[in-house]
Formats: sequence, C-alpha cells, structure tokens
Amino acid sequence: MAAVLAALAMACAVGAWRLTSARWPWRAPRAAILLWQSLGVTWGLASVGALLAYALEPYGGGVVYGLRAFVQSAISFGMGYGLLQPYDLPRVGALASGLTLLALLIVVLLVAGFQTLRARRRHRVLLSLIAHDDPGVPGVRVVDHPGAAAYCLPGLRSEVVVSAGTLTLLDRDELTAVLAHEAAHVRERHDLVLLPFTALKWALPWLSVVRNAHSSVALLVEMAADDRARRYCSPRRLATALLRFGTAGAVPAPNGAIGAAGEHVMARVNRLIKPGAVLPRRFRYSLITFSVLLSASAPLLWIYPG
Amino acid sequence: MKGLGELERSIMDILWAHNAPLTAREVGRLIADRDLAPTTVMTVLDRLTRKGFLNRTRDGRAWRYKPGESRDAYVAELMLEALDMTGDRSAALTRFAQTVSGSEAEILRKALTELEEE
Repeated sequence: MAAVLAALAMACAVGAWRLTSARWPWRAPRAAILLWQSLGVTWGLASVGALLAYALEPYGGGVVYGLRAFVQSAISFGMGYGLLQPYDLPRVGALASGLTLLALLIVVLLVAGFQTLRARRRHRVLLSLIAHDDPGVPGVRVVDHPGAAAYCLPGLRSEVVVSAGTLTLLDRDELTAVLAHEAAHVRERHDLVLLPFTALKWALPWLSVVRNAHSSVALLVEMAADDRARRYCSPRRLATALLRFGTAGAVPAPNGAIGAAGEHVMARVNRLIKPGAVLPRRFRYSLITFSVLLSASAPLLWIYPG
Repeated sequence: MKGLGELERSIMDILWAHNAPLTAREVGRLIADRDLAPTTVMTVLDRLTRKGFLNRTRDGRAWRYKPGESRDAYVAELMLEALDMTGDRSAALTRFAQTVSGSEAEILRKALTELEEE
C-alpha cells in the first residue's frame, strides 16, 4: 500500500509538472482548474499516506486502521502495559515525518487563510475610509489614484474596486468589459480557488513546480473570468482593455516581481480575439470525471485494508 | 443619522483637511450633521484611534486627534496591494491585469495598435 500511495504522489507531481507547460487547459479553463485542485489534494494525501502506510504496515489493515491501532498501542504503553506491537526505527521515522507533513500542510493552509483574512479586513476598512462611489459606475468603489488598477476584494460582501486612473484610461465599453470580468471573479469565488496554491507557494517558495502551479492556476482563473465576461460584453473590448492595462505603466515594476505577466496578458488577448475551439464536451466531461476519481483515490487508499 | 462607517469617513476627511490636531468638540463643530451628539463624535474618534488611524495627544482636559498617516499614504497602501506589490502579507485580491514593463510592454503596445487599426 505504501508503494501504491508513493507512486500516486509521484504521478501527481509529474502530472502537475506536465500540466504547467500544457496549452490545452486554456481551451477549458474550468475543467483544468478542477484538475489542478484534485492534483493538489491527491498529492498531499498520497504523500502523507505513503509515509503512514509504511510506518503502520505491521498492524495490517491500512492507514486509518493502523492509526487507530497505533493510538491504542501508545495508550497501552503509556499505562505501563508495554507496546502491543514491536516497533523499529525506520518505521517510527516514517510515522513522525508523515504526521509532521500532514500537520505542516494543515498549518500552512490555516496560517495563509488567516493572514489573508486579516489583510483583507484592513483593506476593507481603508476602502471604507478612502474610496468613494461614482455615479458613472454604480456599485463600484473608486480610489483616487492615477495608476491603472481594477480588482475584486473577495469576502462575504465582495467589492469591486477601480482606480480613478482606470476610469480615464478605458472607454465606456472597455470599462463595462472589465467590470464584467471582475463580477465573474466575485460570482465564482476565484480567490478561494487560488488560496491553497498561494499558501503552498508561500510555504515552499523554492520549489519551482509549486511556483509554476500557482502561476498556471492564476492564469486559468483569469481565463475563466474572461470566458464568463465575454457573454456580457464585447471580447474585443475586453482584449483592448487588457492591453491598455498592460501598457499603462503607471507604477514602476519592482525588481523581478513581474515576469510571466506580459506573456499571460498576450495569451488572454489571443484567446479573446481568435477564440480557438473549446475542448469538445466529451473531453471536458472525461476530464471532470478523472478529477473526481483522482480526488477520491487517496482517501480510498487510506481506508483500504491492505 | 448617518451610519457609523459614513461618520468615520467624514471625521477622517475633516482631520485630513486640517493641518493641526483637533479636539472632539472642534471636530463636532466642523461636521455637517448638526444633530450629532458630542458623545457620538467621541466614540467614533476613540474607535478610529483604537484601529490605529488616529493618534491623540493630551491637551489640558481634552484629547487632540490627528491622522496617523496622510490620506495619500493610505491610498498608496491600497494601490500597492491592488497591484500585488506587498509581498507576503497579501489580501489575495483577484486583479484584472498587471502592468508590465520594458520590452514586454512594447509587444503589448504593438498588439493594441494592430487591434485598433483593424
């Protein structure tokens, strides 16, 4: 069982690595986002599971059963009756690292979630003190700054914010397109999609596959929002708005902060003006089915009594 | 009667507009809503101080309040976050697009001209 779980974790890592350089996800961003999420969850559960499965092998009966048996054994040891099962050092090491990895993944997610919430709360308070409403763009908060910015502050009451610079940079139709794009983010809670990937990037910044995964998912989320926005606005206007934003150059770029940005903007523009064929329904559905099966695989292997 | 958020905002605006620190009584006199109870003004000033947006100093028996940062500094903070330049402590906003620099911007500019000429 440990070998199967290890192989699954490896397969997820390789899959993620291949997926970062693939172009077909752009033709079905939503399905690809789901695949990314299932790869992430499965990678985490399979890595932890592989370590635990090896550690708990002497008990037989799988990871979950083994954990319960281990706890019983530990209680018995603590009460002075001795171990129910003899233990060797490599297995103790595997158990410790498996549990540490699990705790680490959970803590990283919680800390990232907590920090994000705190930063958002401050952002929201600042907006309430500074931003104003503009009769020209109802329901949107405007910040008086000449730079180009348009974003969504996610939350239970999400807010769409634009800078005064945006209002002068874009024409009427382009602004409508940008707002439709932001409304899509609000509606689909894309911030929640991104959060675990941001958390991982924050925890393992030196791991290139994690960085690339984050950047891939961030791009897919934007493409998903573009796809929804184009139902309500001219895709061409959305494309010109993107280009105008990209070249606005109101704020000097900090060193090394932006690398893939230009490439990402061009990829989105090309999709909007020359829409390639969407992946056939058949492929999208098999992708979704695969993602669901993949997500289920690791938990099933955890309880599998083997 | 305005909402508390609206009141915080007008009080900040008043304090930003004045160079010198003001007392609660002075703020109350400058506020547009004349029916406001002085205690309400004091409550809001106290709240804003606790949130770190105001600093206060003793002046005899009263407190004098002034903004912790200029309005522009807060605007700049919002914009840095909006443009994803704050690093770790990020509110994870979903942005429309980022500004690019140098040769990348040149490529985008060219694409924009082509799109507009068509």
